[in-house]
Amino acid sequence: MEQSAIINRYSQGFKDGIPIALGYLSVSFTFGMAAVTQGLDLWQAVLISMTNLTSAGQFAGLSLITAGAAYYEMVLTQFIINLRYALMSVSLSQKLHGVRLLDRLLISFCNTDEIFAVASRQPAEVGRRYMYGLMTAPYIGWVLGTFIGAAASSLLPASVRSALGLAIYGMFIAIVLPPAKKLRAVRLVVIISALFSCIFAWVPVLNHISSGFAIILCTLIAAAVGAALFPIEEVQGE
Amino acid sequence: MSGQFWVYVVLMAGVTYLIRMLPLVIFKKKIQSRFIKSFLFYMPYAVLTAMTIPAIFTATASVWSAVAGLLVAVILAWREKSLLTVAIFACAAVFVTEWLLKFLNAGL
Repeated sequence: MEQSAIINRYSQGFKDGIPIALGYLSVSFTFGMAAVTQGLDLWQAVLISMTNLTSAGQFAGLSLITAGAAYYEMVLTQFIINLRYALMSVSLSQKLHGVRLLDRLLISFCNTDEIFAVASRQPAEVGRRYMYGLMTAPYIGWVLGTFIGAAASSLLPASVRSALGLAIYGMFIAIVLPPAKKLRAVRLVVIISALFSCIFAWVPVLNHISSGFAIILCTLIAAAVGAALFPIEEVQGE
Repeated sequence: MSGQFWVYVVLMAGVTYLIRMLPLVIFKKKIQSRFIKSFLFYMPYAVLTAMTIPAIFTATASVWSAVAGLLVAVILAWREKSLLTVAIFACAAVFVTEWLLKFLNAGL
């Protein structure tokens, strides 16, 4: 295989993870506040963040815990909301270079939307050191934000909390738009995905589909149309 | 709820981890199919878009501040600014818009 350089420096991964960590602080802060407001202890909120590392799944889980939901409901909800990670892990697996089983067991724990997104936009394959670097700051940010949010339930004024709610989406837009500007196929994929996402949110009957499952459907449809109409010549980094 | 709490946490964490871990451990070989390779190339953009639109419109206190944040993010991202720059200025746009809205409402 004619391999260009593999990206595998811990320091570079760590640096790339800092913007993610900053975004996570605000989201996990909100989670910590919500958890304590709904009756969990501080350490319970922190424990959930330490073991789950997923925003939508944790918020959904929180509402199920406080509602005293059945265990099967918890399993089913987590499965549907988080199923998109399976797609991401398949994709990330193609991007990893020479990563052994034990490392894969650890790296997969931190395969969040944002860590996945940053890893996949690297111009070459990535190694385990880069991935560990990339995971470090976001994990600390996620747990620390939860702790601060839970401890200081209403420290920040509402206006600041509202503004920080946009941070994660700003990051997503910054990841998607530059390639969409360069490649017509990515533009098409983005437009189709946004269109279906709005349909699943607003069209009667279809809006009963859970948001987690709607994201999976949008992803499958948009990426499949892109792959069928614009098959790529060679995968980046290969 | 403390005994129950542990069961909930184990279920949440267990399901989430298995979903992430199994594909990363199982699909180690390079995929040959051109369609699947293309699909996986487009997938991140599709999933991030679906997560952003339309959820972004309800991420802040008012839909107008979210629209302002979205516009600023789109303009800066189109100019290929860094992730952090885009995120910070989008948040600032939300903050300013909500401040202006409050100001306008108070004046009426």
